[in-house]
Amino acid sequence: MTAGEPAITEEPGAAVLQGRAVGDTVFKAALTIAVLAVPALLGFLVWELWVGSRLAIERYGFDFITGTTWDPVAEEFGALPLIVGTLTSAAVALVIAVPLSLGVAIYLTEFSPKWLRQPVAFVIELLAAIPSVVYGLWGIFVLIPVLKDHVFPFLRDTLGFLPLFQGPIYGNSMLAAGIILAIMVMPYIMSVSREVLMAVPASQREAALGLGATRWEAAWTAVVPYARSGIVGAVILGLGRALGETMAVTMLIGNRHEIAASLFAPGYTMAAVIANEFTEAASDIHYAALSYVALSLFVVTVIVNGLARILIWRVSRGQAGGGQGV
Amino acid sequence: MNRLVWRRWKSRIMVGLMIGAVVVAVAPLLLILGTLVARGAGSINLAFFTQLPVPAGETGGGVAHAIVGTLLMVGVAGLIGLPIGIGAGMFCAEYPKNRLATVARFVADVMNGTPSIVIGVFAWTLIVAKQKHFSGFAGSAALAMIMIPMVMRTTEEMIKLVPHSLREAALALGYARWRTSLSVVVRTCLPGIVTGSLLAIARVAGETAPLLFTALGSQFMSRDLNQPMAALPLTVFTYATGPYDDWHRIAWATALVLIMVVLVLSLLARIATRQRFDVRQ
Repeated sequence: MTAGEPAITEEPGAAVLQGRAVGDTVFKAALTIAVLAVPALLGFLVWELWVGSRLAIERYGFDFITGTTWDPVAEEFGALPLIVGTLTSAAVALVIAVPLSLGVAIYLTEFSPKWLRQPVAFVIELLAAIPSVVYGLWGIFVLIPVLKDHVFPFLRDTLGFLPLFQGPIYGNSMLAAGIILAIMVMPYIMSVSREVLMAVPASQREAALGLGATRWEAAWTAVVPYARSGIVGAVILGLGRALGETMAVTMLIGNRHEIAASLFAPGYTMAAVIANEFTEAASDIHYAALSYVALSLFVVTVIVNGLARILIWRVSRGQAGGGQGV
Repeated sequence: MNRLVWRRWKSRIMVGLMIGAVVVAVAPLLLILGTLVARGAGSINLAFFTQLPVPAGETGGGVAHAIVGTLLMVGVAGLIGLPIGIGAGMFCAEYPKNRLATVARFVADVMNGTPSIVIGVFAWTLIVAKQKHFSGFAGSAALAMIMIPMVMRTTEEMIKLVPHSLREAALALGYARWRTSLSVVVRTCLPGIVTGSLLAIARVAGETAPLLFTALGSQFMSRDLNQPMAALPLTVFTYATGPYDDWHRIAWATALVLIMVVLVLSLLARIATRQRFDVRQ
C-alpha cells in the first residue's frame, strides 16, 4: 500500500451490477440457443432421413447398393447404377478440373504479374456464384449441341479404341454432365489450392531458385510438394461438391438407370434421381428408397468433406510434413 | 540439346500451358454471361416483370409470380436463418474455447458440405410430409438451413478480425460483456457480417434443388406461404426442360434476371468487404 493510491470514492450501485449480470446471462442464453440450433438441426436431419428410409433399409439392406434394377412399379430398388453414375460423373469432372485449376492456381501464385492475380481469381470465383440451374440451362442449349456435333465425334475418331469413347452418341450423357461439373467444381479447387500455395513459406522457393532451379522447377519440386496435402484436400473438397451437385447434372446426364461403359451414353446420379422422382413417388417404399439414397449420399459427402478438411487443416497449421517432399 | 537449354524451355512450355489453363478457366464465365444476355435480354420488358405466365403457345407473359415467390421465400429464410447463424457465429467468437463452439464449428462444416437436395428431402419429411401439402414455408425452411452454417462461419471470422484491444478498452470502461460485444465488437465488424449475410442470400436465391419438393412451384401468383409457391430458379428449370420454344425463351430471360440478382448481390458483398479490410492487408 502506498500513500498515493487514490481512494475509491463511490461503489457502483448494487442495482447496476445486478443489471449487468442479468444482461450477460440473457446475452449468453440467447447465443447458446442459436448455437445449439446448429447441431440440433443436423441431428434432426440424420434422424428424419433414417426414419424416412427405414422401410427401405429393412427391406433391402445392403442389397440396395448392389442391385441394378430400379422399378418403382414392381417395388424393386437397386442403387448400383446411381452410385456408379455419381462416381463416374464426379471422376470425369475431376479429371478435367484438377489439371486446369492447379494450373491456374500455380500460375497465379508463382508466375503471374501482380496486377493479374486479383482479377483472374475474382472472375473464377464468380463462377461459383452462378446458380446450378443456369449451368443446366446453358448446358442444354449451348454446350450439348457443340459436344454432340463436334467434340464427341472427334473424341470417337481419335480415342475410339477406348471403351469409354465408343458407341452411339447421345447429347445428354455422362460426359456432358462431367464437363459441366468440371466447370462448377473448378472454382472451389482453384481457390483452396491457391490459398494453400500462398501459405508455403517464401524460403522454400528461394532455396530452390538459389540452387539453380528454373522457376517451373522451383514451383513444381519445392512449392507444390510442400502444399501437397492441402492440394489433395482441395481436390477432395471439389469431389464432395461434384457428388452432391443436382440440378445441372439432372438436366444434362440423360437420366437413365443403366451402367454403360461409354461416356457418350446417358446415366443417372443419386442426386438426380431424388430430384426427378421425389415429387412423383407413388408408394411409401418408393419414398423410403429415395430417402435411403439421400441418406447414403449424405454419409458419403460427410466422409469426403471430413477427409478434405483434415488435409487442408494440416497444411494451414503448418504440419504438412513440410519440406519432406523435396 | 543442351540440358540447361531444355530446362529453360520446359519452364517456358509449362508457363505457356498454365496461361492456357487460365484462358480455359475464365472462358466459361464469359461464355455463360454472353449467352444469357444474347438469348435473354430480348425477352425482358416491363410485362416480363409484372405479368403472369400465359398458356403454352401464346407469346408474352411474364414471371411476376416467380419474382414475388423468390422474394418472399428468401426473405422468410433470411428472417429464420440470419439470426440463428449470426447468433451461433457470435457464440463461437465470444466463447471460442467452449466445447459447444467446437461442436458447432464441426457441424457447420458438415452442413456446408451437405448437398442441397438432401436438405430438400429433410424439409420434405419434416414439413411437407407432416402437413400433407407443399408450401412456400417448407421451401423457406430448407433455404434457411442452407444459410445458417454459411452465415455462422463468416460471422465468426469477421468478429475474430476485430482487434482485441477494442474489446479490452470497452471492458475497462466498465461496459458489461453483452454491451461490449454488441455495441463495440459487432458494430465494428458489422459490414463484414452484412457481407456474409448478402453472400448467403445470393447463394440461396439461386438454389433450385431444395425447392423442388418443398415449394414445388406454381403457375399462379401466390403470396400465401402455406401454399405451393413459384421461384425464379424453379421457373428456369421447368421452362428449360419443357418442349416449347417460347418456354425456352422465357427460361433464358428468367435465368438472366436470376443471375443479375445473384451477381449484383455477390459483387456488392465483395466490394463492401474489400474496401473495409484492404488497409489491413
